[in-house]
Amino acid sequence: MKKIEAIIKPFKLDDVKEALNEVGIQGMTISEVKGYGRQKGHKEIYRGAEYVVDFIPKVKIEVVVDSDQAEKVVEKIMAAANTGKIGDGKIFVFEIEEAIRVRTGEKGSDAI
Amino acid sequence: MFKRLGWLIALFLLAPVTSAFGADKLDTGDTAWMIVSTALVMMMTPAGLALFYGGLSRYKNMLNTFAMTFVSYCLASVIWMLWGYTLSFGPSQGGFIGGLSHVFLGGIGVDSLTGTIPTFVFVLFQMTFAGITVALVLGAIVDRMKFSSWIVFAVLWLTVVYFPVCHWVWGGGWMGAMGALDFAGGTVVHINAGMAGLVLCLVLGKRIGYGKEAMFPSSISLTAIGAALLWFGWFGFNAGSELAADGVAASAFLVTNTSAAIAALTWMFAEWILDDKPTVLGLASGIVAGLVAITPAAGFVSLSGALIIGIGAGIIGYLSVAVLKQRLGFDDSLDAFGVHGMCGIWGALATGLFANPAISGSAGLFYGNPKQLWIQFISILATAAYSGIMTLILVYVTKAITGGIRVTEDDEVKGLDSSLHGERGFEII
Repeated sequence: MKKIEAIIKPFKLDDVKEALNEVGIQGMTISEVKGYGRQKGHKEIYRGAEYVVDFIPKVKIEVVVDSDQAEKVVEKIMAAANTGKIGDGKIFVFEIEEAIRVRTGEKGSDAI
Repeated sequence: MFKRLGWLIALFLLAPVTSAFGADKLDTGDTAWMIVSTALVMMMTPAGLALFYGGLSRYKNMLNTFAMTFVSYCLASVIWMLWGYTLSFGPSQGGFIGGLSHVFLGGIGVDSLTGTIPTFVFVLFQMTFAGITVALVLGAIVDRMKFSSWIVFAVLWLTVVYFPVCHWVWGGGWMGAMGALDFAGGTVVHINAGMAGLVLCLVLGKRIGYGKEAMFPSSISLTAIGAALLWFGWFGFNAGSELAADGVAASAFLVTNTSAAIAALTWMFAEWILDDKPTVLGLASGIVAGLVAITPAAGFVSLSGALIIGIGAGIIGYLSVAVLKQRLGFDDSLDAFGVHGMCGIWGALATGLFANPAISGSAGLFYGNPKQLWIQFISILATAAYSGIMTLILVYVTKAITGGIRVTEDDEVKGLDSSLHGERGFEII
């Protein structure tokens, strides 16, 4: 199993969710996060006082899938979240040791 | 505003006098308008200014800003009735301060008249001015002053600074006698409050992290609503200062609106050109700058004067807060001096330039009376000097009474809403 963690532009969340539904992904976890990479922040000016806002709002999607599906999921996310502009985000892929469904105690692929 | 007394006399001499204009006869139209005006000006403090300043203060100090504004109005409301009115409008003691004949409103009853309105209405109308003036000062020191110190300072400042200056200009004092033109409070309210704010913020020192960390306003939306309420209330402030429902009141109403509108546009475009973006805060600040500048001139200038005063206010206000303050490096947190002090000075001078005799008989430099500009200059200088020096003394008196005037470092970092009031302005998950 692999966990795919994608940090994307917030307005791309719906597109990514639909793209993942199309390939049969049944669930995911998202969180609103802030950060910066190459895009950097922006500045705001209040009565001449200039403040740099470093951290830009992003959405983080976490989804755990069978290892053989991982590559396809990554491609789908890339395609859906891509705008071609700086700040589109990043995708990280992790090895998952175990998954357990709390209600039934099912393990591994059955649990995701 | 007491130019009106002069016009009343002129009317008696020059025109067949209708009974409605008799100085000792109540006029129901005037009275109705002045009651409404009083309510309009009242709203400017706990609604207009509280939102305007509250939205500009940081999220952790918003309620403290509200609390200081509310308490300013409450304190002024009470002490005005006890000793404020009589010190401002009692029989003049050498032109410097009013005598004590109306302490606790003694000698004033339901039949007492001031001009064509009940004296009670006049007392209340003037009370709202005292309330907003002291509240304007706090814009300079939000985020860091002890609440107890603010209360002590407000009482002292009203008594020692506001009441005498009010007397000088409107209560039969030396400045009015000299011929200084201040229709609704350019010197009494704005220069006075602006100077006091400047002195107070210099003694109090900068906020922790000023110039190093970002200090975002808690809500520009609330500030914009506050500016709108100030604008609305200002019609009572300026047109009401005529103390009658007549043509000069209508003219004051008109020029007040025009000046605010064009100042907002000017500030916005200045920002758009120099800082790249037209901000809502710029529009809101421009509105207030234009209102401040037209205040002393409202009953004296015509439309053309109002347009120039408004444009000047937009430019001067913007340069004061965005350039001058940044260069000089003092922490006038919400620009009480930058907006009220600087635009108040501009408005008082401009009254000496643009006063049009066709409006209410007073002429400025451009209407052949250069002396008026000199009189305005003296009145500005005297108000600024008196306010500045007395404020400085009162800050140290306050310091002695309340054991320091600044909150502890811990409280300041934590935020005054939580540390002083035990509340929070927002619930954000």
